[in-house]
Amino acid sequence: MSQLVIHDLHISIGDKTIVKGFTLTIKQGEVHAIMGPNGTGKSTLAKAIAGHPDYTITSGEVLLDGGSVLAMEPDERARAGLFLAFQYPSEIPGVSIANFLRAAVQARMTEGEELDATGYYKRLYAKMDMLKIDRKFTSRSVNEGFSGGEKKRCEILQMAMLEPKIALMDETDSGLDIDALRIVADGVNAQRKSAAAPGIMLITHYQRLLDYIVPDFVHVMHDGRIVKSGDKSLALELEAKGYDWVKQEFAAANA
Amino acid sequence: MPAVSTTSLVGSFTQEAFNTHLARVSHLPAWWLDRKRAAYGRFVALPMPKRTDEGWRFSNLSTLTLDGFEVGRAVPGTASSSALPAAASLTYLNNRATARTGDVPAGVIFDTLQNALLKHGDLVKAHLLAQPSKLGSDKFAALHEAFLEDGAFIYVPKGFEVTEPLAVYHQAEGPGSAVFPHTLVVAEDNAKVTVADFFASTVGGVLRPDGSSGHFACGGNDLYAGHGASVSYIALQDWSRDTLSFQFNATVARRDAKVLSLNVHLGARQARHESFSQLQAPGAHSEMLALTVAQGAQEFDQRTLQIHQAPNTSSNLLYKNALLDQAKTIFSGLIVVDPDAQKTDAYQSNRNLMLSDEAEANSLPGLEIQANDVRCTHGATSARIDAEQEFYLESRGIKPAHAQELLVFGFFEEVLGKIENEALHDALAAIIRNKFKK
Repeated sequence: MSQLVIHDLHISIGDKTIVKGFTLTIKQGEVHAIMGPNGTGKSTLAKAIAGHPDYTITSGEVLLDGGSVLAMEPDERARAGLFLAFQYPSEIPGVSIANFLRAAVQARMTEGEELDATGYYKRLYAKMDMLKIDRKFTSRSVNEGFSGGEKKRCEILQMAMLEPKIALMDETDSGLDIDALRIVADGVNAQRKSAAAPGIMLITHYQRLLDYIVPDFVHVMHDGRIVKSGDKSLALELEAKGYDWVKQEFAAANA
Repeated sequence: MPAVSTTSLVGSFTQEAFNTHLARVSHLPAWWLDRKRAAYGRFVALPMPKRTDEGWRFSNLSTLTLDGFEVGRAVPGTASSSALPAAASLTYLNNRATARTGDVPAGVIFDTLQNALLKHGDLVKAHLLAQPSKLGSDKFAALHEAFLEDGAFIYVPKGFEVTEPLAVYHQAEGPGSAVFPHTLVVAEDNAKVTVADFFASTVGGVLRPDGSSGHFACGGNDLYAGHGASVSYIALQDWSRDTLSFQFNATVARRDAKVLSLNVHLGARQARHESFSQLQAPGAHSEMLALTVAQGAQEFDQRTLQIHQAPNTSSNLLYKNALLDQAKTIFSGLIVVDPDAQKTDAYQSNRNLMLSDEAEANSLPGLEIQANDVRCTHGATSARIDAEQEFYLESRGIKPAHAQELLVFGFFEEVLGKIENEALHDALAAIIRNKFKK
């Protein structure tokens, strides 16, 4: 079984340190919700682990199945089994979803191996049906002119097609109405049940998403690190008491 | 040495060369031969472009030469004629018609210009090179008319629709060969047609875009769309990389006519393209599109003019360039709205994708509006590949080189996507993809 070990990770943008000693192990099949107020470094963490060039990992380690990913390029990390579901997915004019996904699938094949086009489309259509994405979308440009819900469903579609070992899902619920949220959650839950269930880091502000994607663990992030961990009941407690409660508790403990 | 100045003005295209050419076309109508003589006179008299000419700003004039060429001679071979999907095709090699394939519906004419001059003289006379040269190349346009030996004539009568594309292959072979291709498209009222011009170099009559010697290519096309007519014209310029190329387009759109012209520029060392659209009657629309892949030390010089001469006319220009290596592009475009052309809707955009720090893109967008109730927009942008887009693709496991290729093709697809015929779209995309990989 695969696992992602994040150990004492420090991340900065320019000379500003955002993540300050983040430690967590995510095993395949587990869902870890990372909650916390704005500006605590949740998105920074996800993007840096995926290899975004704007972020510098100044110390700490990220190990996928025991091997460090930190020296790898973003595309190598993805092929090794990491997946980032973006909070704000890029629009790629002129590149159809079908071509984009085919390129991503082909990138995972060995040199000289031919893509089985029939099998590819069959699989793509099945996943699209599951996510209630109109098949006409295959010829549409990636994310271009998509609604918020369509963009997020497209992210889950990519995740379903690429079957990562570990998925970092950044605010997947933002901008979704309740119907879209339910479709996205169903898509994620279907992957949790599959044989190739990924380990998921689910970054969110709100308890709402966790009603639909029930986490195994909930972690509260504050000032660049985890300050409290628990099970799904922690999310409900946060919903009732707000983040200030955790902040105060953390401040008291560190006083 | 007075001979020097004469040489620089006419170069290889001497009176003797012109006389030889005239002798080869002496069987054509007298009015046409008279026009050719007059054109040669203008060519001789007009000066070469100067650095101070507004129409040649940013152009490299030191490499513009008329010397070292020879009007293309007959060569063996009939050349390829299957690069593009088409219902029928005509092929030219060094100015001579060498092959034809397919058929057109009865009533539609798809023939050589020479045959058309002999059989349909009045039609040809009304439309062939009937529009003035307005974008700076009067001298080269005159040279084109003087030495034009043969080309393609497409005539679609009233209400006829030709559903599949008609293709014309203009090919050059041999070092220094000068060719003067021409395609004349006349679509009468409510007619519809798609025409594709393909310009390429051959060796032994076989397409060899990169393995061939340099040429001098000086070509033109006239597109006429009558009331309610629809003309789609696609040109693919893929001359050998040592060719000096000129192309002149004149488009006339009558009431409610729609003309789409898409020029793909891949070949030549220095290529100048002038495109001139006249929206002559209400409801006329011209879609002016171009895609250029500029690499090595290539220079692509594109000059455009959209003239709105009647109310409620529209035009949409989108010229996209991808620049690699030390390549250079120039785009200079002007929208003119005549005083009574109210409710004009004109758009002009030049977008440059910079794939090298050493490449140079020049943009000169312009407006000249004399009516007061119009909507005209123009703009030019130069940008590198978007880092966020590239990261997004790479975060899916796509390798950087492939991610960049996808983004460049995405950049082109905005233009290529306007081609309605899917097979033609795919053929062009494949040719561009192949070129881009070299």
